Amino acid sequence: MLQTVSEPRTIGAAQLAAYRFMLRARLLDDKFAALYRAGKIHGGVFLGRGQEALSAAIGVSLKKTDVFAPLIRDAAGRLAFGETILDAVRTYLGSALGPMRGRDGNVHRGRPQDGCLPMISHLGAMISVVNGVLFARRMKGVTGLVGAACLGEGATSTGSFHEALNQAAVEKLPLVLVVANNQYAYSTPNDRQFACADLADKAVGYGVEAHSVVGNDLAACLDVVSHAVARARAGHGPQLIVANLLRLCGHGEHDDAGYIVPELKNSPLGRDCLKLAEEFLLQEKIADRAQLAVWRSEAIREIEDAVAQVQREPLPDPFAENWTALSTENLAEGRE
Amino acid sequence: MSITYLEAIREAQARALREDPRVFIYGQDVGAFGGAFKATKNLQKEFPGRVLDAPISEDAIVGLAVGAAIEGLRPIIEMQFADFSTVGFNQIVNQAATLFWRTQVVCPITVRLPFGGTSGSGPFHSQCIEAIYAHYPGVIVVTPATVEDAYSMLLAAVATNDPVIFCEHKFLYYHLKAEKLPSEALPIGKARIAREGRDLTIVTYSAMVHEALAAATELATEGWEIEVVDLRSVKPLDTDTIIASVARTGRLLCVGEAWPWGGVTAEVIARVTAEGYGLLDAPPQRLNAKDTPVPYHPNLWAAHRPTSRSVAAAARNLLRT
Ligand SMILES: Cc1ncc(C[n+]2csc(CCOP(=O)(O)OP(=O)(O)O)c2C)c(N)n1
Repeated sequence: MLQTVSEPRTIGAAQLAAYRFMLRARLLDDKFAALYRAGKIHGGVFLGRGQEALSAAIGVSLKKTDVFAPLIRDAAGRLAFGETILDAVRTYLGSALGPMRGRDGNVHRGRPQDGCLPMISHLGAMISVVNGVLFARRMKGVTGLVGAACLGEGATSTGSFHEALNQAAVEKLPLVLVVANNQYAYSTPNDRQFACADLADKAVGYGVEAHSVVGNDLAACLDVVSHAVARARAGHGPQLIVANLLRLCGHGEHDDAGYIVPELKNSPLGRDCLKLAEEFLLQEKIADRAQLAVWRSEAIREIEDAVAQVQREPLPDPFAENWTALSTENLAEGRE
Repeated sequence: MSITYLEAIREAQARALREDPRVFIYGQDVGAFGGAFKATKNLQKEFPGRVLDAPISEDAIVGLAVGAAIEGLRPIIEMQFADFSTVGFNQIVNQAATLFWRTQVVCPITVRLPFGGTSGSGPFHSQCIEAIYAHYPGVIVVTPATVEDAYSMLLAAVATNDPVIFCEHKFLYYHLKAEKLPSEALPIGKARIAREGRDLTIVTYSAMVHEALAAATELATEGWEIEVVDLRSVKPLDTDTIIASVARTGRLLCVGEAWPWGGVTAEVIARVTAEGYGLLDAPPQRLNAKDTPVPYHPNLWAAHRPTSRSVAAAARNLLRT
């Protein structure tokens, strides 16, 4: 594993930048949870609580010209990659003006034209799509590019994960595959999901470089993720990152997560990455409490403004809706 | 006492586990958690070692079930959502569905698919994919519309020596209730007259039975007597009951929540026009979901799927021709 030698000042700056995305993501998630409880959101709400450090580290390690396939717990990484709070709110509230126009909702959002791929629900399915984008850009002569795909440990059990990782290795694609091992896939604990000691061990079988990291330690996540991204960018092929952490919420907001055992909650994995990051910033005197409070209230205002704006926006109108799934309009059947 | 559609599914599984030691349940989160919808609640505790959490590996889940069936067991597979069964599609339609035909070894697996639209569920948690399974030889596809059928048809599915795709509609899970579980039932393959009428036949299945019944109630206030046929199983399809109904009414409207291209409604109309052309007083019609993925927002979703209102409107049009 890499020994990063950076100046403390730059480490502090990177942490600060990542922290602010973490904070905004946490507060945005909190708002979605509140709206869900108030019955203002149709369908499910899925939070990234406890996974913001890892997710933000991915987002800040990517360039805007890279490709990113976030998953359900990546509000922080999305913001860091460039998704707006407005896009997130519009998708959750079904605004006709959002990127998904009410056709898809919640975490199923993205802008492929901007390199942010919109997840489908089927786990593992996004990885090979990232491969395809990387493959095509290489064909087009674009170099120096990286693609990151996120997934949970549960999704490593899909055939899609194995097929796509092998494919990326065969093609030597600059794929960074980030597994957030949050100890549970919905209710299923790791011992019913996989039997290897460390998920990072999967990499060797595919001839892929692997990295492990403590997922609630922002400094460690920044180190490891930026290193893996740099390795991929430099032509060393796919990189598998496995982050160990704990989901600090239910699978979705409908779920009380009663199955998460207290031993895990009380273990170091159960520590909140956002609090840890704040402690670090205070301790290193990168920010003081007053400054943290300002950032928090700024973020809350930004989120509240977005929600207030979106709540006044038009909802999708079935009579104005173009009821076809084809772009080739003259070949679309059955339009009314 | 009253029992919901979902509880009936749980009770049927409990009874199957109790009465037949060859039965086991395998699927994501079905164990201690009791399943994403709680259809296997407490079953792991009641039947230790026979209700097992699976990894997120639909292909391997179905493959394991086929292997166990070859060994004489009777697995019940729960897909977390029907939509994800496409990941296990190959094992269902190429492995399970061909086994008996190729080898004379039976493949008694039951694959439970929580399917169909509910508000806010979006394109990947709403799909109706009964027709793609029904297209393949070697599988049975059932679509219970009532609490009683959910119970008895699941038991029948487990007892059947062929792969059964058990399509349980999520929209019916909680609000559909019955007083008690049935002690007898129609066999798989027999349709049911859900409401008698003489002016028009609506053939439908699963959640759309209830939309059709509501439409029939509405049309009754206008003086029309609508007959509603609940298919119960879409493969095999009970052509006799359908034709007999059309013989009484002379008009056929076929309603399905699935997409319009091909599918169950097209199959019904093809059979009625081929075998009962002379019985029809008007061209048979069908009403399906629109030909797009299932939209997330309720405004769009309500317009995407047939509802009692659109069923009534389609019936009115047909009654006027
Ligand atoms: C192919 C497939 N099967 C089942 C599901 C249903 N499902 C949604 S999330 C989930 C658990 C995911 O666990 P994990 O990959 O560890 O991610 P986490 O939720 O822990 O972040 C399951 C089983 C799915 N989305 N896709």
